Amino acid sequence: MKKFTIAILVNNQFGVLNRVTSMFRRRQFNITSLTVSETESEEFSRITVQSEGDEIKKEQLINQLYKLPDVVSIAELDNLDTVNRELLLIKVKNDPNVRGEVSAASDAYEGKIVDYTKDSIIIQMIGDSRKIDNFVTLMKDFGILEICRTGVVSLQRGATTIRRVTNL
Amino acid sequence: MLLSGSDILVRTLIEQGVDVVFGYPGGQVINIYDSLYKFQDELKHVLTAHEQGAAHAADGYARATGKVGVVIATSGPGATNLVTGIATAYLDSVPLVAITGNVPNSTIGTDGFQEIDITGVTLPITKHNYFVGSVEELADTIREAFRLAKSGRPGPVLIDIPKDVQVAKFDYEPAEPVAADESFPAKDIRIQQAADTINAAKKPFLYFGGGLITSEAQDELLQMAELIDAPIGCSLMGISGVPTDYPRFLGMQGMHGHYACSTAMHHADCIIALGCRFNDRVTGNRAKFAVGAKIVHIDIDGAELGKTVVPEQGLRGDVKKTLQKLIPLLQKTEHPEWQAEIDQLIVEEQAGLDSREGMTPRNVICALNRYLSENTPVATDVGQHQMWAAQYLNLKNSRRFLSSGGLGTMGFGMGAAIGAAMGTGERTVLVTGDGSFGMNLNELATAVANHVPMVILLLNNSVLGMVRQWQTLFFDKHYSNTTLDSRQTDFVKLAEAFGAQASRALTLGELETALTAAFACDGPYLIDCAIDKDEFVLPMLPPGGSMDDIITRIGD
Repeated sequence: MKKFTIAILVNNQFGVLNRVTSMFRRRQFNITSLTVSETESEEFSRITVQSEGDEIKKEQLINQLYKLPDVVSIAELDNLDTVNRELLLIKVKNDPNVRGEVSAASDAYEGKIVDYTKDSIIIQMIGDSRKIDNFVTLMKDFGILEICRTGVVSLQRGATTIRRVTNL
Repeated sequence: MLLSGSDILVRTLIEQGVDVVFGYPGGQVINIYDSLYKFQDELKHVLTAHEQGAAHAADGYARATGKVGVVIATSGPGATNLVTGIATAYLDSVPLVAITGNVPNSTIGTDGFQEIDITGVTLPITKHNYFVGSVEELADTIREAFRLAKSGRPGPVLIDIPKDVQVAKFDYEPAEPVAADESFPAKDIRIQQAADTINAAKKPFLYFGGGLITSEAQDELLQMAELIDAPIGCSLMGISGVPTDYPRFLGMQGMHGHYACSTAMHHADCIIALGCRFNDRVTGNRAKFAVGAKIVHIDIDGAELGKTVVPEQGLRGDVKKTLQKLIPLLQKTEHPEWQAEIDQLIVEEQAGLDSREGMTPRNVICALNRYLSENTPVATDVGQHQMWAAQYLNLKNSRRFLSSGGLGTMGFGMGAAIGAAMGTGERTVLVTGDGSFGMNLNELATAVANHVPMVILLLNNSVLGMVRQWQTLFFDKHYSNTTLDSRQTDFVKLAEAFGAQASRALTLGELETALTAAFACDGPYLIDCAIDKDEFVLPMLPPGGSMDDIITRIGD
C-alpha cells in the first residue's frame, strides 16, 4: 500500500495527541510512524504521522483531522518536496569476527558508534527511512540486540511553512 | 461580579439564551443544583427519572427547536448514563451541551468515589469535549462549547467540571450569546461543475438528509425541483424536511424506504444529494448503489464527500447558500419520460400498499395522522414502529419528526418527546413499540410530574418485531429472545401507576376513541394498541443487498 506523510499542527495542550490518535483508531487508519514535538511557537505542537492508503483514504483522513477543533493546520508532505529524517539507535553484538565489518558498514552509511563494550556496539544514524531500513537489514547478519527509531520528522523545502497551507 | 463557579455556569447558560435544562442531581453537581435553585425563575430545570432520559430530552428539545439542548449530570454513573444519549445526538448531528460534575481536582486520577474519565469516555462521540481545570476558564469554555455545538455540522459537546471549580470564585462578566460560525457556499468552480452535470441529466433525482433541515434550505430545494423537473426523496433524517404530500416528494429512500423513491433513485442518472451521508441503510451494497448515476453531493462536512460513496462532484458548503448560487446556473428543463417512469413507479407502489382492514400498522398510523396538527412533533423509538411511522406519517412542517436515525437508539423516544414538548409548547406524540418503550418507560414519571401533554401510541405486538422480522427472513424462524409474551406487562395499569391516563385499543374503533381522549388530555396519555406479531416492514432491502434484491411482499 502507498505510504504518505502528513504534518499536523495542533494546539499544545494535554490530551490533544489522544484526540488525534483516537480518530485514527476509530476510523481504522493505520499509523506506521508518529512523532510529536514542540514547535517554534509555544502555542502549538507538531505531529508528523506516516500512514498508508490511496488518495481517497488520504483525503478522508485529512478531512476528518480538520474536524478536530485542536487541529490548526495540516501539510501533506510529498517526498520530493520535503526533507525527511529519522534517527536510529541500533545495538548489535560485539563479535570479534565481524566487528570490522560492522564498523565499515557504519562508516559507509555515515553512522557513528556511540557506545562500545566488549559485548555490544551502539550505532547512531540519521537519514531518511529507506536508508535506515537498508542499514537495519544489513545489520541482521551481525546479530541485532535492540533497535530504537524516532519515526520520521519532515519539513517542506523552501520558505513554505505548515501555517501557510490552505485548507483542502 | 465575584461568583462561584456553579453560579457562573448557570449565569452563562442564561446569558446564552438557555431557557430549560434537563438533568439529575448528585454529589458532584450539588453546587450546580444550588445555583439552579437560586436562579430557578430564570432557568427551568426538568428532573428526569434517569440521566439517559435527560440526554434524550435535551436532544428532542434541540431537534424540535433548532436550539442547543442542555443536559446536566453528576460524575461517574451520572456521566456514563449520558453516553447513549450523547452518541445518539452525535450520529444525528444534534447540537447538545452536556455538563458533568467530577471529583475535585485534588482527587482526579485517584479513582475517587464516582470518578470517571468522562472526557476520555466521550472522546469518539462528541464534536469536542472539555475538562475545566480552573474557574478562570469556565465561562469562556461554556461559550466556546455553545459555538462549537451549533457551528457547521452541529453535534454534542461535553464540559466536565470538577467540584472545586464549581466552588471557587471568579469574576463573572456577562457576554452576548455566541453566534454559530458563519457558513459558506461551496466554491464557485465546484458549483459551476455541479450545474453542468445537473443540466446534462435526463433523469435527475433530488435527495436530502437532515442537513437540509439544519440548513433550512427547503425553499431552495423545492425551487430547484420545479426548475429541473426532478422527483424528491429523503433519508430517515430528512423526514419532515418537505411536506409529506408535496407532489414531487416520493418519501423515504433506503432499507425500508418507499418503493417508488428507492427505485427512482436507483434508476436516476444524476443524484443531487443535499446534507446527507450515504450510510449503509441508504446504499445497501455500495458496489451496486446507483451505478448509473452521477452523484452531486453537497454537505457542510467535507469529510462526508467520498466517505462511503465517491461523488462525481463533491461540494463542501452550506446547503442553502450553495443552492442559492447553484439555482441561477440551472436550465429550466422538463423530463416527461422520466416523469412517466416515476408515475408508473407510484402506480406500482400504490398497488402494493397494505390495503387490509383492521389494526394493521398502516391503519394505525393513518388514524393517528387525522389527529396531528401541522405543528405536532412526532417522536419515535426504534424498530418496526419507527419504520411504519416513517412510511405512513403525514407531516407538514420541518423539525416535526424526531427519530434516532444513526445510532438507532431504542428508548430514545420518551425523553425526546418530553424535550420536544417542553421546547415547542405543543402536544407531542410518541410512536413506540413494547420493546423500545420498556427501555425508558421510567420517564413517564417525568411526563406526569411536568404535565407534559403527550400521546404515547404504543404499537404492542409482544415481540421485538424488527429482530423477529430478520429471524423470520434470514434465520429460519429461530425466534431467539424476541418473544415477549411471558412478560405479562399491563401497559395500561403501568401508565396509571405512574399517574398517567391510558386505555387499550384492540380495534380501530377503540383506537379512535382512545385517540380522541388522548388528544384532549392535559397530561400524558398512553394507548396500548395491539397489533399482530407477524406484521412486516416492507419493502425491505436485505442488508448488503441492492435494489435487485428488494422484498415487497412476504410469500406464504
